[in-house]
Amino acid sequence: MDAESLLLSLELASGSGQGLSPDRRASLLTSLLLVKRDYRYDRVLFWGRILGIVADYYIAQGLSEDQLAPRKTLYSLNCTDWSLLPPATEETMAQTAMVKGRFMGDPSHEYEHTEIQKVNEGEKIFEEEVVVQVKEETRLVSIIDQIDQAVAIIPRGALFKTPFGPSNVNRTFEGLSLSEAKKLSSYFHFREAIDLKNKTLLEKADLDPSLDFMDSLEHDIPKGSWSIQMERGNALVVLRSLLWPGLTFYHAPRTKNYGYIYVGTGEKNLDLPFML
Amino acid sequence: MEDSTSLKQEKENHELKEVEGPWEKKTAASPQDPDPQSSEPLEAEQVPETGPQPSKSPPWSPRSRTSMVLGDLTVPGALPPHSPPQQPSSTPPLTLGEQDLGTPLQSDRTTSIIPNAGTPLSDPLEQPSDKRESTFHRTRQLEENTFPQSQQSKSDLYGPKDPSYDTSKQKELRFDIFQEEDSNSNCDLLQLEPGASEVAPSVLEIAIQNAKAYLLRTSSKSGLNLYDHLSNVLTKILDERPENAVDIIENISQDVKMAHFSKKLDTLQNENELLPMYEIAEMQKTLFLQGNLEGADQELEDEIAESSLPNVMESAFYFEQAGVGLGTDETYRIFLALKQLTETHPIQRCRFWGKILGIERNYIVAEVEFREGEDEEEVEEEEVAEERDNEAIEADEEEEDELPKPFYKPPPTIPKEENRTGANKYVYFVCNEPGRPWVKLPSVMPAQIVIARKIKKFFTGRLDAPILSYPPFPGNESNYLRAQIARISAGTQVSPLGFFQFGEEEGEEEEEVEGGRESFEENPDFEGIQVMDLVESLSNWVHHVQHILPQRFRICLLGQHGCPQISSHSMLLQSSDPTSGLEHMPFPMAKSLRIST
Repeated sequence: MDAESLLLSLELASGSGQGLSPDRRASLLTSLLLVKRDYRYDRVLFWGRILGIVADYYIAQGLSEDQLAPRKTLYSLNCTDWSLLPPATEETMAQTAMVKGRFMGDPSHEYEHTEIQKVNEGEKIFEEEVVVQVKEETRLVSIIDQIDQAVAIIPRGALFKTPFGPSNVNRTFEGLSLSEAKKLSSYFHFREAIDLKNKTLLEKADLDPSLDFMDSLEHDIPKGSWSIQMERGNALVVLRSLLWPGLTFYHAPRTKNYGYIYVGTGEKNLDLPFML
Repeated sequence: MEDSTSLKQEKENHELKEVEGPWEKKTAASPQDPDPQSSEPLEAEQVPETGPQPSKSPPWSPRSRTSMVLGDLTVPGALPPHSPPQQPSSTPPLTLGEQDLGTPLQSDRTTSIIPNAGTPLSDPLEQPSDKRESTFHRTRQLEENTFPQSQQSKSDLYGPKDPSYDTSKQKELRFDIFQEEDSNSNCDLLQLEPGASEVAPSVLEIAIQNAKAYLLRTSSKSGLNLYDHLSNVLTKILDERPENAVDIIENISQDVKMAHFSKKLDTLQNENELLPMYEIAEMQKTLFLQGNLEGADQELEDEIAESSLPNVMESAFYFEQAGVGLGTDETYRIFLALKQLTETHPIQRCRFWGKILGIERNYIVAEVEFREGEDEEEVEEEEVAEERDNEAIEADEEEEDELPKPFYKPPPTIPKEENRTGANKYVYFVCNEPGRPWVKLPSVMPAQIVIARKIKKFFTGRLDAPILSYPPFPGNESNYLRAQIARISAGTQVSPLGFFQFGEEEGEEEEEVEGGRESFEENPDFEGIQVMDLVESLSNWVHHVQHILPQRFRICLLGQHGCPQISSHSMLLQSSDPTSGLEHMPFPMAKSLRIST
């Protein structure tokens, strides 16, 4: 959610039950402003909060002009001091795939797991047990990246793409209408399109190249991994992801307010197909 | 021209009738519809006469083609009775073949087509003017024949579209509009030969277009535009042919305005959409009102209210400090809903248990303790059911005497715990949203808890939804919800050491350990523990609700081998597991308010 409309956004997203305490909110307001100035970001988003056993991580993201460019991620333990996280790479993803369980809350905590690796020595190939240590920071990075890739969403029309390439915030976005707000197809993944090229020509013909340049939620696998609800009568539409429980997206139809926040343990819900 | 004339005549006969239809539809939709041709049903005769007109240059045609719209198709209510042939063609929404009217890339020009049994017609004059983009589409494919046939004066605008009083200043764009097998026999094949003169629009033409654009400008107050109104008035006059028309022209104009049924399409949709919001708002408004209605009984109420209603706002304040909460106004509404619950049911104690998120809807759960003797309605029903079951079993057994009896006897079903004991100590009410009626959840059976431990399912939000799972859950969503609530309550309710004590005097502690202590009350001598002590170690926290045993469903104290030598006035329940209260949530969708260290 945008750091500028933080209080309103938190209020709207509070239906999920997890929010922020007043002191955190106050410190966020000031510290995010400073972050924006220091790092010279165009927009700062408060991404959410990952619950750890000992402490929680508060995550923020900074965006540059091009909304779809890779975002910079910062974390903090007390909402006042922010540290930049390294970008996620393939290696880190592979390493952290083996780590399971809750986050500890201590960034220097190391997870150990033993892997059986095949080591070549000359002509012999034998298996060795290697103990791999993964720092919690790395795990944090990869989890945030996975969540972003999978479930960060944005309503249709909020961004538009210019012919030169970069996508910008659409200042004429007045919000989705009520009927559109209830459909999954009006929400897009906030990342570069993956599926778009696989569409048939017929489907592509209906798309508007300046607005429909991201994947919509309609074809997410598994089907039913999003729960759409209208709260307060029809004044607020809330999407919750069932794949990454804790991600809440809210949008007030016909207004410009929208945003998403993740408050959860940072664990993917692998049992989703059985739970539906 | 010959073929065109013949076609035209055909059209005329065809469409004289239908002409009025679309026209009326058009008037109904005129605020939406930048269609000037609505005026001209009777001017169809003049259509052929408007032949020799210079036609537009081809560059204009693609745009017009792309912006063909059907004016009145989406006006369901305005279908005039005498245009039945048009209805089938006009009511189904039409989509353009490939053109997307919604693309911002399109020019603003839209040509409107009179839905004359689906005969589309485009108005060339509208193109240069700034029309609103209409979003109506046609299902029929429109194909355009080749334009550049440089016959000028081949303005064959078929159909009643041709605006009559534009005769003097018309430009036409000619299209070939080819409709494919419309099953409706009244569909006309409109063929307009494209007139493609290469003459660039002259100054006069531009002036004409500007004038027409001005006429078509809609009034902000009434949604009408002058063009349509004038065309309506003239049509009416020509229809009725009154005497001394010029004298009563003002009255006629007024009548037309009054008769104008401005159907704003948006209104219909808006009303439907906003209704749920108003419904909820009204329901919640009654919540607010109820408190003020009873004046006489207020004193009584106050006494009762103190003991039965929880101070939800106060607890919410503390939870908010911890970062857990539902937002202030939502909490207040829940408080009012709980108040309503206590007023309608004889409740001794009530507590806001929490909120469970579901896929379609959420549940707000209240934990309630009834006053003595109030809760015995359900017992009788279940006894009756049991008797019926027994009878059925006996009947079956007699019939099967000849077949070999299986040796397998299912394990005896574990008897349900009595109300007010064990897991059924409290009764739970749920509602989907504050303001909606509260529904009582049935008591929980041991078998349900056993199976609930084995499955993991999302809640949909409907209490009667079936739970499809393996092992099969005996019951529907309300039973599953009750089972989960029971598990959560048993596993996560904690309190600081010494906060609760047992109410009764206990003679010998050992004897009673197995019986399970069930009643506890607040310890008036509790002085509180330092915050640092509470945070550092978990030994200062205890479960004050008994755990659910795996098989028996009988609740047993945790850690009985702990320290039993505490005096009878203090807590005997042992300390909790180190990870209790902060454990990984067993069910991701069940989020209850819980205390965290």
